[in-house]
Amino acid sequence: MHDILAGFRAALGLIATFDAELWDISLRSLQVSLSALVIASAIAIPLGTLLAVQRFRFRRLVISVINALMGLPPVVVGLMVYLLLSRSGPFGVLGLLFTPWAMIVAQVIIITPLIASIAHQAMRELWAEYHDLLISLNARKSQRIATLIWDGRRSLLTAALAGFGRAIGEVGAIMIVGGNIDQVTRVLTTAIALETSRGDFALALGLGFVLIGLALMVSLATHWLSRTESGERW
Amino acid sequence: MVNAMFPLALQGVTVARRGRPVLGPVDLVLGQGGPTMILGPNGSGKTTLLRVMHGLERIGAGSVGWQRDAPDRRAFVFQTPVMLRRSTIENLCYPLRLRGVGRADARQAAAGWLARIGLSDHAHRPATRLSGGERQKLALARALIGQPDAVFLDEPCSNLDGHATREIETLLRAAAQSGTRIVMATHDMGQARRLAADVVFLVAGRIVETGAAPAIFAAPKTPAFRAFLNGDIVT
Ligand SMILES: Nc1ncnc2c1ncn2[C@@H]1O[C@H](COP(=O)(O)OP(=O)(O)O)[C@@H](O)[C@H]1O
Ligand SMILES: [Mg+2]
Repeated sequence: MHDILAGFRAALGLIATFDAELWDISLRSLQVSLSALVIASAIAIPLGTLLAVQRFRFRRLVISVINALMGLPPVVVGLMVYLLLSRSGPFGVLGLLFTPWAMIVAQVIIITPLIASIAHQAMRELWAEYHDLLISLNARKSQRIATLIWDGRRSLLTAALAGFGRAIGEVGAIMIVGGNIDQVTRVLTTAIALETSRGDFALALGLGFVLIGLALMVSLATHWLSRTESGERW
Repeated sequence: MVNAMFPLALQGVTVARRGRPVLGPVDLVLGQGGPTMILGPNGSGKTTLLRVMHGLERIGAGSVGWQRDAPDRRAFVFQTPVMLRRSTIENLCYPLRLRGVGRADARQAAAGWLARIGLSDHAHRPATRLSGGERQKLALARALIGQPDAVFLDEPCSNLDGHATREIETLLRAAAQSGTRIVMATHDMGQARRLAADVVFLVAGRIVETGAAPAIFAAPKTPAFRAFLNGDIVT
């Protein structure tokens, strides 16, 4: 009990004084997960929209694959990315293993199916609502897609936030492909795992608070977005 | 005023849904005049016929022939208005923006229409917050803002009170005056008599009687239409 209280106090101290290491790790976490979020969204949102709007031959198959990929254990994703990026792997020459890029790749693979699936669901509902109107107004396919993405932007942002939450809290895959190297690939989750095993509870707790703070901000933002959806303004 | 899109000729048109025939075979020519009122009991195929004419519905057989086809010169007003999740004024700008009209020009045109339909005060509120009558007025204005050659309306006043209905009818008369060909399904016999230049009467997916108003109301040729006008149940 004493340990925990002391750790608590020390953690608050680290946060209050903007401890350099804590700051550095938190920033890297944000960098990696935000990069993964941008890349994953750029793939998942058009994909989810296309799956809602366009009938094509392997549409159902693609949806099943996405849903299956959503359930992939992150550790397995980490292992696969490791094999692909390791020196003897097909992408070994790029030298990405144990860099933040490897972590971004792993997170992109983990959150793209999640964002695509949520986006697809939201876009499907909106398309059912808009279909006849947009056809009757003779909107071209690209215009239909643009309209859906714009008018469904809140739901899409919610989808993206869900992806971000998953990315920033993920530890298994990035531990494997990033290696948790000090000042290079150490992020909030991997640092917490390390400091806990080392017994430095102050830093671990401080990192934990930052992580909880970020997660809280994401869920508050999601809540706020879904509230304004039914509010007075779009 | 000559409307280059008409006449519209439907020949042997059929529509099936889930393997069940719901319309046709229908042969019909819509000439320059109008407004045309489509009448018939529930489920007789009024909505389906309108959708076929506009091009929203895939036909099983037959042909839909325009004098001069121009998909972007046709508009549709649905029974339940579909509001884009945007402000009232943005809903009006939308069809113009689709055609590449600049933002400022579209806004100006939309503001004019909003004043005309009495929704200027609601310009920047979400269209989904409007009342039923306001939505349908907005939907009609959105259909008319691009000055279409033809507008198809599916019972646009079925959920409206007398006041809103009168406003819609005023807008329709003005549109007809300025050369837009109006084709409308309605349930409201009073409305049909007020607006119709000619009538198409459907029962069970087939055209039973057509003719010019007001003669067709005064002297229906078929027992079915006579019964319908009397308010008897027709199936
Ligand atoms: N989505 C649908 N699926 C199956 N049948 C439908 C559907 N919509 C309409 N129908 C059927 O098609 C027929 C014509 O419908 P409709 O054109 O809506 O008639 P109306 O507008 O005159 O009431 C009806 O028998 C109706 O039950
Ligand atoms: Mg109907």
